[in-house]
Amino acid sequence: MSQKYNADEKGMYGRFGGAWIPEMLQPNIDNLKKVYLDIINTEKFQKEYLQLLKDYVGRPSPLYYAKRLSEKYNTNVYLKREDLNHTGAHKINNTLGQILLAKEMGKERIIAETGAGQHGVATATACALMGLKCVVYMGALDIERQAPNVARMKMLGAEVVAAKSGNQTLKDATNEALRDWICNPEDTFYIIGSVVGPHPYPDMVARFQSVISKEIKEQFKEKTGSEYPDYVVACVGGGSNASGTFYHFLDDEKVKLVAVEASGLGVDSGETAATIALGDVGIIHGSKTFLMQDDDGQIVEPYSISAGLDYPGIGPQHAHLKDTDRAIFLDATDQEALDFALEVTRLEGIIPALESAHAFVALNKLKLTKDDSVVITMSGRGDKDMGTYMDRFNLK
Amino acid sequence: MNRIKQLFRDKKDILSIYYTAGYPNLNDTVPILETLEDAGADIVEIGIPFSDPLADGPTIQHSGETALKNGMSLNVLFDQLKDVRSKVKMPLILMGYINTVHKFGIETFAKKCNEVGVDGVILPDLPFQEYLDNYKDTFDQYGVSNIFLITPQTPEERIKLIDEKTNGFIYMVSSAAVTGAKKGLSEAQLAYFDRVNKLNLQNPALIGFGIGDHESYKETCKYADGAIVGSAFVKLLGQAKDLHGEIKSFIKEVKGI
Ligand SMILES: Cc1ncc(COP(=O)(O)O)c(C=O)c1O
Repeated sequence: MSQKYNADEKGMYGRFGGAWIPEMLQPNIDNLKKVYLDIINTEKFQKEYLQLLKDYVGRPSPLYYAKRLSEKYNTNVYLKREDLNHTGAHKINNTLGQILLAKEMGKERIIAETGAGQHGVATATACALMGLKCVVYMGALDIERQAPNVARMKMLGAEVVAAKSGNQTLKDATNEALRDWICNPEDTFYIIGSVVGPHPYPDMVARFQSVISKEIKEQFKEKTGSEYPDYVVACVGGGSNASGTFYHFLDDEKVKLVAVEASGLGVDSGETAATIALGDVGIIHGSKTFLMQDDDGQIVEPYSISAGLDYPGIGPQHAHLKDTDRAIFLDATDQEALDFALEVTRLEGIIPALESAHAFVALNKLKLTKDDSVVITMSGRGDKDMGTYMDRFNLK
Repeated sequence: MNRIKQLFRDKKDILSIYYTAGYPNLNDTVPILETLEDAGADIVEIGIPFSDPLADGPTIQHSGETALKNGMSLNVLFDQLKDVRSKVKMPLILMGYINTVHKFGIETFAKKCNEVGVDGVILPDLPFQEYLDNYKDTFDQYGVSNIFLITPQTPEERIKLIDEKTNGFIYMVSSAAVTGAKKGLSEAQLAYFDRVNKLNLQNPALIGFGIGDHESYKETCKYADGAIVGSAFVKLLGQAKDLHGEIKSFIKEVKGI
């Protein structure tokens, strides 16, 4: 695999990454770092993991040629249907991997943070499947915004704890989860939901999500006969569905990697989550990366209509892809995402998650020709966002 | 001789007090310091407030939020500390998260510490190897000590390495916790203190986290060179009606003087 765009043994992606954590977390992180690759690479682990992806998640997820969207944009649009996964998003690819690892390490209690609730649901699901205790931290605001997912987590037996600091969103939930881990270093495994956090999390999560690009590669070849699409596109919050979408194309420089951030009310509106666009290097949740901060180094509260993209940092790999110009970074406003959510629904009969809807802005912003092929990862389905859609599209 | 070394040479049962800069009011930072010295505190750790203090419990989180709302920042803090050395003599430590210092600029930060008379710095989320590779020389150049945390889970070789490469004191976190949690010493903690004492470290050690009254202070002093009181003191700052009077009685009560 790519050395150029993946983590080195210290967890650095160029000048980004690392493990900037208080000593209280050091033994846990050191231990994880020591064992994760050995465990993941065993035959036993791979067998169990791949079996679950197939029979439980329903993989491979289809690569669907979106005919009417293609006609409208005069190009060839393929959708990677992560929305069809069990639990409705790509998040489950990662939680199943991490929970198998946690079990192998003898951990009994699982904690997680969640924004949109998709990662929380995927974690609660994995815990129900494995019979492990599950505590999910979620910003108090997100608990309101994503009520159906809160109910799902509870039904699955998870305890949902409201994070009440800051803006009460994903960043604050992550702080609370890290505090929990500090206080429970022995029996607890922290399942992080994106390619963020201290090394080895960004690398580990990218590996578990890499199944997305592995399948795209095979399916694209099968469908078109050609080796590579011209573009692969994904939305980025922390960046896990994007990392998974890019992973097996990193070294194929012919394939253009496109990441779409959420710019909320606009990049310069002060109400945004466009981390790369506002790009300033700092340290957040144990990782050196681009983040949104003020002149005093205080993290700026992000804003996006989509809870899953409402994060002031970005995974260190994406910071490096930006640094090296390997990936193209675009952004989409709330309104652009809403417009695409409706358009994709009406043209293709697929209701996307608000997060995923951001990715489609690439169809407007890239200069696409009729010969180009663009794979867009549909990271999740829109069921959880029906409240927002009902308000915005007058569906009541 | 630097102020930290001198203190540990001359005194036993050191009482170190943590509080957040700019709390409860923006300009309380230095007056609180003066009262603390008057009352008999031996070292002070001044917290640099941060938006995302992931090693802190609710009390210190709250103080930081308030301080930020009050307008505290590193620039304001260094400004407040400009003449501090004409006011207090005890060692002063700044404690904060790496991002604020990183943004301020490491060299500027170390230089400022030296200028105003700050003796040491605790940056809990600065990885030790990163410190050795990219930070130590700068802090050494400006004569600022770096203090690192150890916990019951820290391996012996790592404790020895931290001891060998630093020259302030060792901050022994009493248990797996964020600040402000748990009280009373368990068997496991006593075993941990014992284990560390047997290493015969060159640096003195202070025990912190969960210490807040005379009893816990006295008890911890048996196992180290002294104790650090944080959340209990910050809580008092938040509630005090007669701020300086209550600080004095708190310190005297904890010390038993
Ligand atoms: C459907 C969906 N897409 C995308 C994201 C953003 O996460 P990431 O950038 O890690 O893929 C989320 C996060 O909650 C999500 O639920």
